[in-house]
Amino acid sequence: MRDTVILRVVVKVLLPAILMFALYVQFHGEYGPGGGFQAGVAAAAAVILYGMVFGIAEARKVVPRSIVNTMIPLGVLIFAGTGVVSILLGENYLDYTPLGSKPAKGQHLGILVVEFGVFVTVASTMLAIFYVFGGRADEADEKAKNEEGGE
Amino acid sequence: MLAAHLPALQVVIPLMAAPLCAIFRRGYLGWLIAVAANWFAFAAAILLVFRVLEEGTISYAMGGWVPPIGIEYRVDIINVFVLLVVTGVGSVIIPFARAGTAARFNNTDQAWFYTMYLLALTGLLGVTITGDAFNIFVFLEISSLASYVMIAMGRDRRALTAAYQYLIMGTIGATFIVLGVGMLWAMTGTLNLADLAERIPEVSDTRPVLVALAFLTVGISLKLALFPLHLWLPNAYAYAPAVASAFLAGTATKVAIYLFVRIFYTVFGGSGFFSTTPLPEMFLVLSVVAMFAASVVAVFQDDVKRMFAYSSVAQIGFITLGISFVTEAGLTAAMVHLFNHAIMKAGIFLMLGAIMFRLASVQIDDLAGIGRKMPITMAGIVILGLGLLGVPGTSGFISKWWLVLAALENGHWWLVALIVLASLVTMLYVGRVVEVAYFREPSAKVAVMREAPASMLIPAYVLVLATIYFGLETNWSVGLAEQAAAKLMSAVY
Repeated sequence: MRDTVILRVVVKVLLPAILMFALYVQFHGEYGPGGGFQAGVAAAAAVILYGMVFGIAEARKVVPRSIVNTMIPLGVLIFAGTGVVSILLGENYLDYTPLGSKPAKGQHLGILVVEFGVFVTVASTMLAIFYVFGGRADEADEKAKNEEGGE
Repeated sequence: MLAAHLPALQVVIPLMAAPLCAIFRRGYLGWLIAVAANWFAFAAAILLVFRVLEEGTISYAMGGWVPPIGIEYRVDIINVFVLLVVTGVGSVIIPFARAGTAARFNNTDQAWFYTMYLLALTGLLGVTITGDAFNIFVFLEISSLASYVMIAMGRDRRALTAAYQYLIMGTIGATFIVLGVGMLWAMTGTLNLADLAERIPEVSDTRPVLVALAFLTVGISLKLALFPLHLWLPNAYAYAPAVASAFLAGTATKVAIYLFVRIFYTVFGGSGFFSTTPLPEMFLVLSVVAMFAASVVAVFQDDVKRMFAYSSVAQIGFITLGISFVTEAGLTAAMVHLFNHAIMKAGIFLMLGAIMFRLASVQIDDLAGIGRKMPITMAGIVILGLGLLGVPGTSGFISKWWLVLAALENGHWWLVALIVLASLVTMLYVGRVVEVAYFREPSAKVAVMREAPASMLIPAYVLVLATIYFGLETNWSVGLAEQAAAKLMSAVY
């Protein structure tokens, strides 16, 4: 698949559009259909598509595993931390009202930050699953190669 | 300022600590974070106990959305008691974890282990504290998923199949619970437990509510390992790492029992299902069967961890027996035993963990003569074993005493005989371990053994001392349990 010119060109054209769409779903989530989960899946899909066409090793150069492994817990921290900020500002846990000058603005900002946390965790979890399963094929290939070489 | 937010912080601090462990991925740091978070949760639970005793039920509106529209955290005398048990047992177990995990796992895996531990703690605390039926399901899944991972991290390769078996059974249980919740929601239009309790009596003669009750009964019974639904438990406890076995035996089934009484006595409390359906009789029979069948199976186990895992199923039978009486005395006995058994069984699994740490086996034949080489550890097992038996002077006696009183109050003389008989079977399996450990010549492997490290013995002995303390001084355990039972019987939420 790595030698298919058409596929490689089309994917390169598509990638920015997919990422843009992911961001749109992310930041338009509170007005229309969408939100952190869907946006996270779309963004991860872009990287996964890149990995499928150009090889997992290339995808890992773009988003290394160490970053993915840090992003998974980071998203949870962003979500839970937003709630702690509301407590520190004197309201109940996850009450976004004090985050902005007006209650509506505070709620707006709060939901955006929380959804961003969801985005980070979902996107990185998708990638982590892809890397683990995709990495298995690589390992199997390598093993087969080594065995051939041994004979 | 923070005091008002304790109900939220109780769950949020372990929840935030879990990703912190995962981000740093350092074993020692992860352990420190886990200890700090767990001790904070314990302190929060103690403060909540005092607040509940002073002010009565505390309601906390998540996100400032007033219940029943928003999610409510509701702390009353019943769940604050369970919070105390869960966080207390965890606080003792987690210092024990350092030596064993550091010896077995690399840095990253240690951090993952503490992450999973903290997530399991978060889930259990969440199930206990929340006043929202769907929130219960979500937290139940958090704790279950984390426990599957912890179990799969066991030393034995069979831990993987045990975790898988638990995963399948646990998922079925969770599915049943969510089906039950869904039907209740369809009939009443609310997920808030207090609201449900108010509205169920109006629709209590409809079929969907009955079906919901059936789904919830089976789902929760699976989670608490009531007799015919206990098959996931022995392998899971036997092959999990010692810390995980101790934690799950001490807390996970206890939280499921709390959920059980909460659903039956509070949510369905006003609807009279207990008098119109044969549920109490059913639970009475199943509990008695569990007390005997699981104890007898335990006698014939060669893996000592598995033996005490079966013993857990039997002891859960004692707890559900108390629940099935539908009296205040019965519920008091159940709550007291929930408290005492959590301490005793966690202690036993910690002691077995200490043996596992030195000997790398808990097969009964390998333990020959271990009483001479690890005298402190074995003495602890003997004391805790006596507690399981219900010998006076240990907390187990208090539980059995209340259970016998409750049975007598209902006029069940024959049950008293059965309770005593079941305790005698307990003596058989505890006796078997004692016989091998003290009266046999040490094998070559045991002869070169040393006593377990102090970092393991001290936490384990805290639980031993607690077993003796709560056998002599019952103001806290029985006092709180009595208040919780009275509250449950009043069916007011």
